[in-house]
Amino acid sequence: MGKINNDLVQIEEGISFIPGASAIVAPLNKIINWGRAGSIWPATFGLACCAIEMMVAGAATNDLDRFGIIFRASPRQADCLILAGTITKKMAPVIRRVYDQMPEPRYVIAMGSCACTGGVFDTYAVVQGADEFLPVDVYIPGCPPRPEALLEGLIKLQEKIMQEQGRWSQFA
Amino acid sequence: MNETTTLDVPVSQGDEDRYRLKLGPQHPATHGVLRVDLELDGETILDCDPQVGYLHRGFEKLAEHRTYAQNLVLTDRLDYIAAMANNVGYCEAVEQLLAIEVPERAKFLRVMVCEMSRLTGHLLWLATHALDIGAMTVFLYCFREREVLLELFAELCGARLTTTYTRLGGVRQDVTHEIMMKLERFVDAFPACIEEYETLIDTNRIWLKRTIGVGQISGEKAVDLCLTGASLRGSGVDYDVRKHMPYAAYDKMDFEIPLGETGDTYARYRCRMEEMGQSNYILRQCIEKMPPGPIVGDDAPDLVMPVKPGRKVEVDTSARNGLIKLIDDRDVYMEGDIYVATEVPKGELGFYFISDGMGRPYRMHIRSPSFIHIGALATMGKGVMVADLIAIIGTLDVVLGESDR
Repeated sequence: MGKINNDLVQIEEGISFIPGASAIVAPLNKIINWGRAGSIWPATFGLACCAIEMMVAGAATNDLDRFGIIFRASPRQADCLILAGTITKKMAPVIRRVYDQMPEPRYVIAMGSCACTGGVFDTYAVVQGADEFLPVDVYIPGCPPRPEALLEGLIKLQEKIMQEQGRWSQFA
Repeated sequence: MNETTTLDVPVSQGDEDRYRLKLGPQHPATHGVLRVDLELDGETILDCDPQVGYLHRGFEKLAEHRTYAQNLVLTDRLDYIAAMANNVGYCEAVEQLLAIEVPERAKFLRVMVCEMSRLTGHLLWLATHALDIGAMTVFLYCFREREVLLELFAELCGARLTTTYTRLGGVRQDVTHEIMMKLERFVDAFPACIEEYETLIDTNRIWLKRTIGVGQISGEKAVDLCLTGASLRGSGVDYDVRKHMPYAAYDKMDFEIPLGETGDTYARYRCRMEEMGQSNYILRQCIEKMPPGPIVGDDAPDLVMPVKPGRKVEVDTSARNGLIKLIDDRDVYMEGDIYVATEVPKGELGFYFISDGMGRPYRMHIRSPSFIHIGALATMGKGVMVADLIAIIGTLDVVLGESDR
């Protein structure tokens, strides 16, 4: 019988591995955040020009799937809303409704100048930035941003999720 | 006899099986933010009422407050799938209004970028249309080739989608030898790619069942509904602005207008596939025939200060933003109105200007093919199944940025 090694091997800060026991010891926070950051499911919701670049990011060249990012057609199965394009005043209540349908925890990415600030469209019909009615987590500038910029934004969102504390319990 | 066959089917009595359904604006198959109000009997559409305006950004009003050169950037965001073609359409119209001459090389460059954007537009159409009908793989294949073209755009002018490549009186930047080499490689390889897409869906039984006979429309009816582009040519009507009212250097190009016969979704699909081949052929001619020379005309207001007699201009040659100074000085432009049409991937894109002699358009109206195609949806969508409506939306090739403006 070999001696069981009870020494913890630290894989990352705060996450340890028990050799021989196939077990990982870590705070629940870290495990949950790791799971969430690795499976961001955005709702398929294109608004305007940026949606085309969002599609490119999802296609073979940039392949969002390798980050665990899979587009879902229903907001009820999604946990990230990528606002890709201009938000008009007619569209804003619809977006709000889509957001309200999403289960917690949910994140919002404003992609492109229009979703960030209204962009060139300083007119009577356009909402001057998504943050007027939604809590935006990540802003991606550009008109439209390249697919790589969207990737960067999603990675930033992953970093943000990794730093969350106790967003898994109503008591925490 | 009839009673026995309809025993297990609920028969609609009065209005109890009718209900209204709002398709969109958040629906993955409505190509953006189109909303269609449907009245259904089971799955059959009794009434189809498309609602637009979810992407209304106020282009036409915005254009009244900006100079002719500044408006150019707005046209990118009209039909963002083929921004180059919109740039060319806008510039052709303004140049006719302001009587600006375009040098030969710029005309060829315009045709080149127009056809490149036609390819990107048709590739995106094929990708999304196939995705709506249920073929996922085509999407990945189409985006592979589309990416090559977008990167060429980026090399040419710095942007992939919103290009703003043309200028009043020419184009912004000359092509390098490297870009031409890359384009030539693409042109050589692309016919094989078209064949590849065809092997994926052309003989696919599901694809054929979902497209043949769906959304059938006769040539007369298509003309009545003001359809243009491949949506019209699929019904066998020979109308293409490039051929019948040539602009830029299209009169020096040799190409055919592919026509369909049956006017159904499959015919329109075949039309667009053959158009891609023709575009590729035009691109090859552009590479071979590209004439040397300047890319901006002498009297172009953007880069070179006009020296025409009779114009009150304080020439500020030091800065490129001299144009804005020029406009603020109330330079006298021609008065009157003009309508100029160009062929974009979706159909006939027209710009209608009313000029009161100021540096800004008094009124700019855009005749966008998508808006008119969505109008045709009300007629074409009646009496079909909901799943067929998705195919019809796809085959009409609408983009909401252009429709809602």
